[in-house]
Amino acid sequence: MIEFDHVTKRYKSNIGLNDVSIKIDEGDFVFLVGPSGAGKSTFVKLILRELDADRGTITVKGKNVTKMSAREVPKLRRNIGIVFQDFRLLPKKTVYENVAFAMEIIHKPRKSIKKHVPQALTMMGIADKAKKYPDELSAGEQQRVAIARAIVNRPKILIADEPTGNLDPDTAWEIMQLLNQINQLGTTIVMVTHAKDIVDKMEKRVIAIEKGRIVRDEKGMYGYKEALADTTNMFDTVAVKKRDTFRAGFRRGGRK
Amino acid sequence: MKTFFYTLKQAFIQFGRNRSMSLISIFAITCMLLILSLFFIMFINVNAAAESVKGDYNSIEIFLLDETTPEQADVMVEDMKQQKGVSDAFYKTKDEAMAEFKARWGDNGYLLDGLADNPLPNSVVVMISDLEQADALAAHAEEYEGIEDVKYYKSTVDKLLKTTKFIQISAIILMIFLIIVSIIVVSNTIKLTVFNRSEEISIMKYVGATNWFIRGPFLIEGILIGVISAIIALAITHLLYGQIVDIIGDQVYQMLSTPMVPVGFLIYNFAWIFLALGVSIGSCGSIISMRKFLNA
Repeated sequence: MIEFDHVTKRYKSNIGLNDVSIKIDEGDFVFLVGPSGAGKSTFVKLILRELDADRGTITVKGKNVTKMSAREVPKLRRNIGIVFQDFRLLPKKTVYENVAFAMEIIHKPRKSIKKHVPQALTMMGIADKAKKYPDELSAGEQQRVAIARAIVNRPKILIADEPTGNLDPDTAWEIMQLLNQINQLGTTIVMVTHAKDIVDKMEKRVIAIEKGRIVRDEKGMYGYKEALADTTNMFDTVAVKKRDTFRAGFRRGGRK
Repeated sequence: MKTFFYTLKQAFIQFGRNRSMSLISIFAITCMLLILSLFFIMFINVNAAAESVKGDYNSIEIFLLDETTPEQADVMVEDMKQQKGVSDAFYKTKDEAMAEFKARWGDNGYLLDGLADNPLPNSVVVMISDLEQADALAAHAEEYEGIEDVKYYKSTVDKLLKTTKFIQISAIILMIFLIIVSIIVVSNTIKLTVFNRSEEISIMKYVGATNWFIRGPFLIEGILIGVISAIIALAITHLLYGQIVDIIGDQVYQMLSTPMVPVGFLIYNFAWIFLALGVSIGSCGSIISMRKFLNA
């Protein structure tokens, strides 16, 4: 389903990914773990063609993503659902509209929207919240809406970027159950996470990335002694980035 | 079709949400267009005046001695007609010259009736089609026998050509400059809407909306700003130019003996120019402001 073949991506000052080769099969559920700045985000962005690889080939659903023209990128993304740590719902749209939006913008017929949006909401257990606005919902409910939006177009692949990062453990676990359910229906899931408890409990394939290289790829455990990043509320992605840079700098300084 | 309506609706919603900024840029672009139209008006009128003045000066007049016979003059006419750059040549008697002179004096023409003898000479008038050839033709005319003088207003025509060329070039430079400024103004306004909706746009991109689909509403928004500005500028120009022609049109006619370009003609032509400018300024502005955003 997703295949990296000797992929390298460099940034101006540091390495994103260094000669990474990996294969994720259809129906897999994969955890992507590792310290901040190790290359997890780069990995995800390369799958979505938000970034171009410097070297190597990336294949998604049988298509060579690296050679894809800009015009084909939207088609690629229609096959990939994505869920973020900070939900990214549109505050001025209702729950229903937020999910329908994903179908509208790729020109799905109204009939199909009316059928599939309630289905997705029901599957996520929030059918009764359809007319509410995001800020009237709890964090867990908001993430369910985000997942409903990600799956409403029935993508073959679902990428979840720290989906439980803003949630308390109980809610996080509920979300994991939903993702598991989606996976059992045949969707390949790639989840970036720092949540040790969840990874250990799920017993799925774990890919660990450090300094742009895959250092471990095995079934089961998170592998690090404790969660590498805290999962306190970091709604602001800028804040998260600042935190990451700060830590990276701190670590580098510490090593000298 | 559904997409088109979606795009249109979004554009109007954005325009409304971003009202103050949209109005400011409409104001700015209207001002640009007005300055532009001021220059256009100057340019067109100077051009028209130049053309009509040029008409007076694109001829060489060969004044003949009184003893020169009409037959000799005919030889000159035929010879001149053979020359390069000559559109026509004809013989003008002193009576014809006097009649023309009187006509030019208009109501005061009767004053000339007091002259006992017609002091004007007979002449051969050579109409020049190519002003570049004028010098050579004048020199050629000097060689005829039985002539008194050759009159050609070279320096006047040269000055006229230089002036019109200067105005032409400065108008074009100013126009380009103003258009660039307008595009920047629009692109900044649109950028504001883009920022306001960056969340929505990033989601659209993740879900797989095409770039043109995302761009559509912003493009229409830009065009809307451009077209509204064009219409306002056009209305103001119409009003002001109408007033100007009313007030100083007659004086201008008396001074330059050429009329100002009529309002209707001017506005009709401006309408197309302004609309084209508005649409292109608007669309360029929005495409520029979106470019960086859609590249990722």
